[in-house]
Amino acid sequence: METTTLRPPQHRVSPIARWYWAAHAAVGWLILVAVQVVWLIADGDDIPLRVAGLVATVVLATAHVVVMPVWRYRVHRWEATPEAVYTQSGWFKQEWRIAPVSRIQTVDSARGPLEQLFRLANVTVTTASAAGPVRISGLDRETAQRLVDELTAKAQATAGDAT
Amino acid sequence: MTTATVTDWRRLSVRMLVIHPIQEVVRAAPALLGLLVAGSSSGGHGPLWSLVGVAVTVLLGTMRWFTTTYRITPEHVQVRKGLLHRKVLTVPLDRVRTVDVTSNILHRVLGLARVEVGTGRSDRKGGGELKLDALAAAEAAHLRVELLHRENRTAAPAEGTAVDPATGAPAAPVAVPWQAGVETELAALRPGWIRFGPFTLSGLITVGIIAGFVSRLASEGNVNLGQITPVKSTLGWFGSLSLPLEIATAVVVLTVFVAIASTLGYVLAFWGFRLTRHSSGTLHVNRGLITTRATTIEERRLRGLEFSEPLLLRAVRGARLIAVTTGLRVGQGAQRGGSMLLPPAPRREAESVAVRVLGGDAVTVSGPLTPHGPAARRRRFTRALGVVVSWTVVCLALWEWSDLPAWTWVAGLALLPVTALIAADRYRSLGHALVAGHLITRWGSLVRRRVALEYDGIIGWNIERSFFQRRAGLVTLTATTAAGRQGYRVQDVTLAEAIRLASAGSPGLLDPFVSEGTPRPEPHVSGGPPDLARPVVSG
Repeated sequence: METTTLRPPQHRVSPIARWYWAAHAAVGWLILVAVQVVWLIADGDDIPLRVAGLVATVVLATAHVVVMPVWRYRVHRWEATPEAVYTQSGWFKQEWRIAPVSRIQTVDSARGPLEQLFRLANVTVTTASAAGPVRISGLDRETAQRLVDELTAKAQATAGDAT
Repeated sequence: MTTATVTDWRRLSVRMLVIHPIQEVVRAAPALLGLLVAGSSSGGHGPLWSLVGVAVTVLLGTMRWFTTTYRITPEHVQVRKGLLHRKVLTVPLDRVRTVDVTSNILHRVLGLARVEVGTGRSDRKGGGELKLDALAAAEAAHLRVELLHRENRTAAPAEGTAVDPATGAPAAPVAVPWQAGVETELAALRPGWIRFGPFTLSGLITVGIIAGFVSRLASEGNVNLGQITPVKSTLGWFGSLSLPLEIATAVVVLTVFVAIASTLGYVLAFWGFRLTRHSSGTLHVNRGLITTRATTIEERRLRGLEFSEPLLLRAVRGARLIAVTTGLRVGQGAQRGGSMLLPPAPRREAESVAVRVLGGDAVTVSGPLTPHGPAARRRRFTRALGVVVSWTVVCLALWEWSDLPAWTWVAGLALLPVTALIAADRYRSLGHALVAGHLITRWGSLVRRRVALEYDGIIGWNIERSFFQRRAGLVTLTATTAAGRQGYRVQDVTLAEAIRLASAGSPGLLDPFVSEGTPRPEPHVSGGPPDLARPVVSG
C-alpha cells in the first residue's frame, strides 16, 4: 500500500524561471535591506545590534535567493492531458493539484513586469471552487499561449456550468 | 400562473416608504438619544450633523422606491436600480440557487418581506446578489415560487443546463402550477431544544453589542458613567474585593449574562423552526420569533451536509446541521445563517434529520471513521506543544536577560496541559471514510466538524505537504468544490490513502498519474534526488 504514489507531471517549467524566482525574491529582500540601511544611518543608538540585524538579513536573503529557485525548479512540473490538468508546485511546502478539464471555468494567462523581463508567463486555471485554482508559473510565453489555447478549446467543448 | 410570459417591471411595496425612515432613525438611535440627554446646552455641532446625516439617508432611502424595479422573464430575473448610476442586474433563472425571505418586526407589522436571491456567483464580490427591500409578504412568497418552483426541472440533468442563453437557450419551460407539489416536514423545533441555547455562546456578541451601544450613548451624550450612583456604588464594592474574588465575580457575572443572552438569542432566532421538503425539489427553512426568515434551497444544488459541534455544545451532546450547497458559501456576509438546516439540537436528532435530507442510510452520517494513525497524532502534539514551548522559552529568556514580567512564561507553562488536551482531542476528531457516494471527513476540536460531501460535488483535488509532513510521511488532501467552504480537507493521511480517497471520489481522474512504484522510504517527488527534504544546494 505504501508504494502507491503520484508520479511527477511530465513537463518542467522554463529553466529561466529559476532566474525569475531569484530576482523576485531578491527584490523583496532588497527592500528590507534598504529599510535597515536607512535606519542604520538615520540615528545612532545600538549600532552593533543593527549591524547584526543587517548581517542576519543579508545571510538569510542570500540563502533564500540561492536555494529557493533551484529547489523550486526541481519541484515545479505540469501536465495537461485531455482529461485533466496536473501540477506540482512549491518548495518547502509542496503541492499537487489535479483539476478535471470538464470542470474548468476560465483559463487566464498573466505576465507581471518581472516576468516580462524574463519573457515568462503564468497560467491560472480556475474552477467553480474558490479553493481550487491551478496555477503554473514560470512558463515561457509560447508554451503558456499554447497551453491557454489548448485548454480553452477543451473547456469550451464540455457543457454544463461546471459546478 | 405561467412564468413563460414576460412580466412587466414591478415596483417595491409602497409601504416600504414608511419602514425606511423608521429603520434609519433606529439605527441612529444612540446619536439621537445622546442629543436628547445632552440637550442643546452643551453646544457643539456634532449631534446636529448626526441629524443631518439621518435626514439624508432617509431621503436617499425613499428615493429607492422610485428607482428600483424588477421583473422576471422566461430566462432571467432582472433588477433595475440606482438614482444617478443606473444599474440593471440580470441573473439567469437557472443560476438561482437560494431565495431568502426575511421580515423584521417592522416588516411584519406592515405585512412586508425582504427578498434576497442567492446565485452561484459566490466568487464575485457583491455584484451577483439580488436584494429587494421590501415587497408585500404575499408577493415575496409568490416571487419565491416563481423563482424556484418555476418548472418541472425542464432543463434535464444538472450538468445539461444551458450556460449561455445566447447560444441556444432551452425551450421555454413548461410551467407547472406549484400547488401540485406536496410539502413534507423533516424537522420542527421542540421546546426542549432551548436547553442548548446557553451553550451556543451567541450571547457573547449580544454582550458586545450592548457594551458598544452603552459606550456610544455615553460618548454622544457626554455622560460620565462613573458618576451614576448605582454604577458608582457597584464599582466601589467591586474594587474592595481581593483579586481572586474579583476575577471569580467577573467570570460568574459574565457567564450568567452570556447564558441568558444566548438562550434569548436562541429563542429569537429559532422559534417556530421548521424544515420541510417540497416535492418540486427544494428545502425550506422557516424560523424566527420576531424577525422571521424563510430560506429556500434548491435540492439539486445540495452537495452534502456538515455537522458542526462547538466544544460546549459537544459537551452536552448537541450539534448543528449546515447545508453544503453550491452557490451558498458558509458564513458569508448577508448569507450568514442561510445554509443552516437545523439549529443546535440533540446530536441524535441532527443525525436522523441528516438521514432524511440525504435520503441515504445512517452510515453516511454516523458511521465509523478511519483514524489517521500514530504519525498524525504525533504531529498534533508537536504542533500544539511546539508553539507553547517555544513561547515559554522565549519569554523565559527575555525575563532572564531583559525585564519581561514573569507571568508571561508562567502563563505559557500553565497553558501546557490545556494544549496537550486540545491536541489529544484534535487527534480524536480526525477521521475519514468513503460511504455511499460520499467523502466523509471530520476535524477540529474547539469546533468539531464532520462533513459528508457527494462525489459529484467534488471539482478537483489538492494534495499538500509541508516540510514536516513530508518527514512524517503524511499529506493533507483537499477536495475542492463549488459548495459550502469551497474545499474540504482530510488532514494528515498517508499519500497512499489520499490517492485511494481521490481515486474513489473521481474515478479514473488520477489513474494516469498514479504509479505503483517500488517501495521507497518516502514518495519521490521530482526528477532530482528522491529526498527533497535535504536538497544538495548550490548544485
